[in-house]
Amino acid sequence: MPATLAKSGGLFLAMVVALVAMAQAQDSAFAIHMGIMALAALIAAVAVMATSSTTRRLGHDESHYDDAPVRWGVIATTFWGVVGLLAGLFIALQLAYPVLNLGLEYTTFGRLRPLHTSAVIFAFGGNALLCTSFFVVQRSCRARLAFPGLARFVFWGYQLFIVLAATGYVLGVTEGKEYAEPEWYVDLWLTVVWVAYLIVFGGTVLKRREPHIYVANWFYLAFIITVAMLHLVNNLSLPVSLVGAKSYSAFAGVQDALTQWWYGHNAVGFFLTAGFLAMMYYFVPKQAERPVYSYRLSIIHFWSLIFLYIWAGPHHLHYTALPDWAQSLGMVFSIMLWMPSWGGMINGLMTLNGAWDKIRTDPIIRMMVLALAFYGMSTFEGPMMSIKSVNSLSHYTDWTIGHVHSGALGWNGMITFACMYYLAPRLWNRQRLYSLRLINWHFWLATGGIVFYTASMWVAGITQGLMWREYGADGYLVNSFAETVAAIHPMFLLRAFGGLLYLSGALVFAWNIAMTIAGRIRAEAPMTETPYDARADRPLPAPALQPAE
Amino acid sequence: MSGYDTLRHFADSWGLLAMTILFISFVGFTFRPGANRRHHDAAHMIFRADDQSNQGRE
Amino acid sequence: MASHPETPRKAGFSHRTLERNITLLGLLSLVTVAIGGIVEIAPLFWVDSTIEKVEGVRPYTPLELAGRNIYMREGCYVCHSQMVRPFKDEVERYGHYSLAAESMYDHPFQWGSKRTGPDLARVGGRYSDEWHREHLKDPRSVVPESIMPPYAFLAEKPLKAGDMAAHFKALRAVGVPYSDKDIASANADLTLQATQDADASDLQARFPKAQARDFDGNPQMVSEMDALIAYLQMLGTLVDFKAAEAQEQPK
Repeated sequence: MPATLAKSGGLFLAMVVALVAMAQAQDSAFAIHMGIMALAALIAAVAVMATSSTTRRLGHDESHYDDAPVRWGVIATTFWGVVGLLAGLFIALQLAYPVLNLGLEYTTFGRLRPLHTSAVIFAFGGNALLCTSFFVVQRSCRARLAFPGLARFVFWGYQLFIVLAATGYVLGVTEGKEYAEPEWYVDLWLTVVWVAYLIVFGGTVLKRREPHIYVANWFYLAFIITVAMLHLVNNLSLPVSLVGAKSYSAFAGVQDALTQWWYGHNAVGFFLTAGFLAMMYYFVPKQAERPVYSYRLSIIHFWSLIFLYIWAGPHHLHYTALPDWAQSLGMVFSIMLWMPSWGGMINGLMTLNGAWDKIRTDPIIRMMVLALAFYGMSTFEGPMMSIKSVNSLSHYTDWTIGHVHSGALGWNGMITFACMYYLAPRLWNRQRLYSLRLINWHFWLATGGIVFYTASMWVAGITQGLMWREYGADGYLVNSFAETVAAIHPMFLLRAFGGLLYLSGALVFAWNIAMTIAGRIRAEAPMTETPYDARADRPLPAPALQPAE
Repeated sequence: MSGYDTLRHFADSWGLLAMTILFISFVGFTFRPGANRRHHDAAHMIFRADDQSNQGRE
Repeated sequence: MASHPETPRKAGFSHRTLERNITLLGLLSLVTVAIGGIVEIAPLFWVDSTIEKVEGVRPYTPLELAGRNIYMREGCYVCHSQMVRPFKDEVERYGHYSLAAESMYDHPFQWGSKRTGPDLARVGGRYSDEWHREHLKDPRSVVPESIMPPYAFLAEKPLKAGDMAAHFKALRAVGVPYSDKDIASANADLTLQATQDADASDLQARFPKAQARDFDGNPQMVSEMDALIAYLQMLGTLVDFKAAEAQEQPK
C-alpha cells in the first residue's frame, strides 16, 4: 500500500536525520538523545509495516469505541506512577541520608528531583489525562476517536517525550526552569505531539453524535489549549547550536521569573486541576450512577476557574524583585481562586447527594470522595499561603512541599487511581476488578501516607521558617542555617515513611490492575457492609407457656 | 499621580465594579429558569444507553 | 444526527451556542486564559521601573557562564535560592536584598523556590576557594549537618564548555550586550580566567571585578570545579551597595 510505504519511508528518513544529528552532536547527551530518537523512528517504521493490514481497519469499525490507546494509557499510567513514586521515595531518603547520593554525578538529588517531579506530573498524570480524555471524549460524544493513527502517534510520541526528558535529567540536560526542564528539541517534540493531541481531541468532538459538548470535555479542551500556550511561551529559547543540547531562555531575570511562574502555577492550574476536574466531571457521576449535582454550577466553575487561575502565578514570587503591583495582583486572584475551587469540589461531592451510603459500600466512590476532600483542603491551603504575610514564613520552606503533595498525592493521585479502577474491568471486558477489597488496602495505605507526608512537612516548614527568623535577646540571629537543617531531620524521616506507605498503596494498585488485565478474579467476600441473612430475618416464635408452680 | 496609582485606583473602583457586575450577570444568566430542561438534559447525556451504538436514547 | 428533544435554536447568543461549537468554545477559552498573562507579564517588558538601573551589573565572563551552566546542570536551583527578600533576618543572614537589575542578564533566572540549603545570591567572597573545594567534594567535611550531595567529580572532569563564542552569540541574540571583542576572545578568556597569575587586565577592563585565578587548586587542568567556583565567587559581588543605597526610592 502506498500510504504504508510513504509512512515507513518517512520514518526511515527521520531515522537517518536523527543519526546524522547524532554523528554531528556537540555533546554526548545530545548524541544519546538523537540515538534514542533514531531508535524510536526505526521501531515506529517497523511497527507501521508490521501492522499495515490492521491499520486499514482502524478508522472503519464505527460500531465500537477505539479503546486500544486507552488500554495502553492505563498500563502506562500504572507503570509511570510506580516509577515516579519510587524516585520520590528515593530522593526523600537522600535528604535524610545524603550518603544515598552514591557519589555519582547521575544520582545526585539535583538531577533526580526533576526526574521525580516530571515522572509523577507529566508521565503519571499526563498518561492518566491522555487515556481518560480519549475514553471520555468518545463516550460523551458517542463517536469513535477521530484520526486513529494520529491518536496512536500521540500516545507513543508522548512516551518518547517522557523517555527523552527522563534520560536528559540524569545526564544533566536541563533548561534550569522548574517543571519546564526539558531542552529545546524535546520541547519541540512535545509541541508536535500536543498539536496532534488537540487535533485528535477536537476532531472527535467535531464528529460527535450528541448535540451537546459535555462539561468534562470543556475542561479537557481548556487543559490542552492552555498547556500549549504555556509550554510555547515559557520554553522560548535560543539553542547555542542546532546539534547541541544547550539553549538560553529568551527572557531574563524578572521577566523570565514571572513567565516561569505563570507557566509553573498554571501547569498546576490546567494540567493538574482543569484536566483532572474533567476526570471528576465524568467518572464521579458515572461511578455514583447519578448526574452531576448542578450542571449550572459546572458552567460557572469552568469559566471562573480558567479565568482566575492564570493570574495567580506571581504568588510564587512574593517579596522578590518582582514589582509590587504584580505581587498584589497575584495574591488577590489567588484568594479569589478559592471560590471556584470549592464550587467545583462541592459540585463533585454533592453529586453523591442521596447516595452517601456508597461511601461505605463502594471503595471506588470512597477514593473519589477522598480525592475531592484533598482537593478542597489544598485549594484552601493554597490561597492562604498566597497571602503575603503567610508567604513570608512559608516560602522557601518544606511547607510548600507539603502543600504540593497534599494536592498531588491526595487529589491527583487518588482521583487517578479511582478512574483506573473504574476503567480496567471495562476496557479489558472483565466481570469486575480482580479485588475490591484490595482497594481498601490501597485506600488506607495511601491515606496514611498522605497524613504522614503533609503533617511532617507542615512541622518541618514552620519549624525552619521560624528558626530562620528567630532573634535572641542580644539582638542577633539565634540559628545558623546548618542548625535549621539538622532540626528538621526527624521530619524528613517521617516524610519518607509517609512516602513509603503511599508507594506501598500504589504497588497494591498495580497488582490489582495487572491481575484484572490477566483476567483473574480474587475469591473474596463481597463488599457489602451489612450482610443479609434471610433465615434470621423473621419474627421469633412465641415462647411456650410455662405453667406456674 | 504615577501610572501605577492611576491604574490601582481604577482597579479598586470601576474595575472592581465592572468585574462584579459581569460576574453577577454571568451567574444570573446561567441560573435563569428557562435553561432548566437543557441543563438537565446535558447532565444526563452521559447515562444514555451507555457503551452501545449511538442511536439509543432514553 | 438523531432528533433531539429540545426547542429549535433561537437566534442570538446563548451559552448553548458555546456548548455546541468547539471552535468557539476553544477560542473563548484561549481568550479567557490569555487575559491574565497579558495584563501581568507584558508590562514587565515596557515599564521602566521594573528594572532600575544599577551601577556595576555586567554580563558573565565565559568562565562564570560555564560555571553557571554547571550550576543549572546539577540542579543546584532546586535547593538553593538566589533571591534575598527584604526582611531583617534575611538581610542579616545573606546580605542586601536582591535587586531586579542583578539578574537582568540571567537567561534563565535562577531565583529558585526552595531553601533546602542557604540562599546563594551573595555567596561570592564569603568563603575561600579552598573552602568551596572541600565543601563541594565532601560537604560534611566542613558542615557536619549538611545534606548536600557530594560533587567530587567536578574536580576530575576537564571543563568542556563547548564553543564559548557560540554561547555568547546566542546570549547576544536574546539581549545580553556582549561586544564583538568579547565574542572573539571568549574561548581564550575562558582559560585565562582560570589560570593563576595570568595578565587579566584586558578581561577585567571588559568585565569589571572579574576574578582571575586557579580556583580549583589544580593548575594542570581547567576543571568543571574551576568554573563552578568562579561562578559562586562572583555571585552578588558586582554591585557596591554602599553606593547603591542612594539609588533606592524613599518609601
